[in-house]
Amino acid sequence: MAENMNIKLKVWRQAGPHTQGRFETYSVPDANPHMSFLELLDVLNEQLIKSGTDPVEFDHDCREGICGSCGVVVDGVAHGPQRRTACCQLHMRHYQDGDTIVVEPWRAEAFPIIKDLVVDRSAFDRIIAAGGYVSINAGSAQDANNLPIAKDKADLAMDYAACIGCGACVAACPNASASLFTAAKISHLAMLPQGSPERKKRVTAMVDQMAEEGFGDCSNHAECEAVCPKGISISSIATMRREYMKAMLS
Amino acid sequence: MSSKNPLRSPIGKKLVTGVTGLGLVVFVFIHMTGNLALFTGNEAYNQYTHFLTSLGGLLYVIEAGLVAFFLFHIVNGIQIWLGKRKARPVGYDTYKSAGSPSQQSASSRSMIITGLILAVFLVVHVISFKFGPGGPGNADPAYVTTIGGEEVRDLAKLVRENFASPFYTFGYTFVMLLLVVHLRHGIWSALQSLGAMRPSLTPLVYTIGAVVGVLIGAGFIALPLAIYFNLI
Repeated sequence: MAENMNIKLKVWRQAGPHTQGRFETYSVPDANPHMSFLELLDVLNEQLIKSGTDPVEFDHDCREGICGSCGVVVDGVAHGPQRRTACCQLHMRHYQDGDTIVVEPWRAEAFPIIKDLVVDRSAFDRIIAAGGYVSINAGSAQDANNLPIAKDKADLAMDYAACIGCGACVAACPNASASLFTAAKISHLAMLPQGSPERKKRVTAMVDQMAEEGFGDCSNHAECEAVCPKGISISSIATMRREYMKAMLS
Repeated sequence: MSSKNPLRSPIGKKLVTGVTGLGLVVFVFIHMTGNLALFTGNEAYNQYTHFLTSLGGLLYVIEAGLVAFFLFHIVNGIQIWLGKRKARPVGYDTYKSAGSPSQQSASSRSMIITGLILAVFLVVHVISFKFGPGGPGNADPAYVTTIGGEEVRDLAKLVRENFASPFYTFGYTFVMLLLVVHLRHGIWSALQSLGAMRPSLTPLVYTIGAVVGVLIGAGFIALPLAIYFNLI
């Protein structure tokens, strides 16, 4: 049995989208090193419910780092201190007994707070709806080598396709830009024969929608890549810019 | 395929900032190498400046281009900064960089501040040198010399006078250090904005950006310090 840890949590509490939020500090004496960060929040919520207080709202689903539902800023870093890890896969063994952890929601005008740590990320859905898909039914998986795609291209497309749409890139960006998210989808589809025919229409529509949603402009800080749980490279942003230029020039 | 307004789009703004930025890097590099002519003597320097002014109409075209580059660069930079404030009206209580591969640095965060200081410096600089004594609309017989029997502006004299002042010399040095800080992020960032980057090149280009920035800064700083400390 691992020893229990006493963790202090300074958590952003906000009752609704239009109410004033504030930080509340809670002590969780029953934390242990095997817990994930979200399990720590679960334990805190058990405590709060027993004491008759509203539990802290936070988004989560698979808790395996693959769905993109969870996401909070932990001590100033989106998803916390461990690289390429969504906060559901961050474990308390990275912390010491007595530590204080600051927990905040993603902060961006385009991601309005719904309650506590939950933000509305439907702006991402609208960017995808603007063109982040292939219009025709591309069918089920092809027979191997039926549709030749160079290995390096297939690998790169897969790297970009790994985006889970969690929004950490926006949260960490000093400008609250959604460039990495948008670029990952554009680059992924532009690289493959199924996505290629619509690439020009897609990049134009998605970039326009990104601006429409009120995200900031990219300043090439590359902070997004550093916090991305899938480690998506800002080379996708360079690709998006090339795609955009090609679309404008044709 | 047309966007609503390509040059006003998030990508268009970065393209304009990047292209004008790289153009201005070329300009400051040429300007810096031109300045170094003073190390070989007043006459060489005056000959060089006379060559530039004797370009006549071409010089006006170059100057108009430079003004346009500066204006587009500045206006886009300010708009990107304003957009950032609008995109995140409520900031974080605690915020820090996650570290490598992030390129976030004091340089990348201070682009708006270093940029605005450089813009103010630019105005003062043009007034005190180009339009200074002996310059256009400010004829002064004390700042005329002859080279090969031809009367030319003695800009070298003005440069030496201005850099005799500690205020001007160290102010200039400080602003040139800010230029290095601006270029540290700027050169790399411009190439990324133009889609010219790939991950394998990032460390190399980031280093080259810094080296070019330091070379330009060092070239600019060498002259005023050499004059102030009576080395040339």
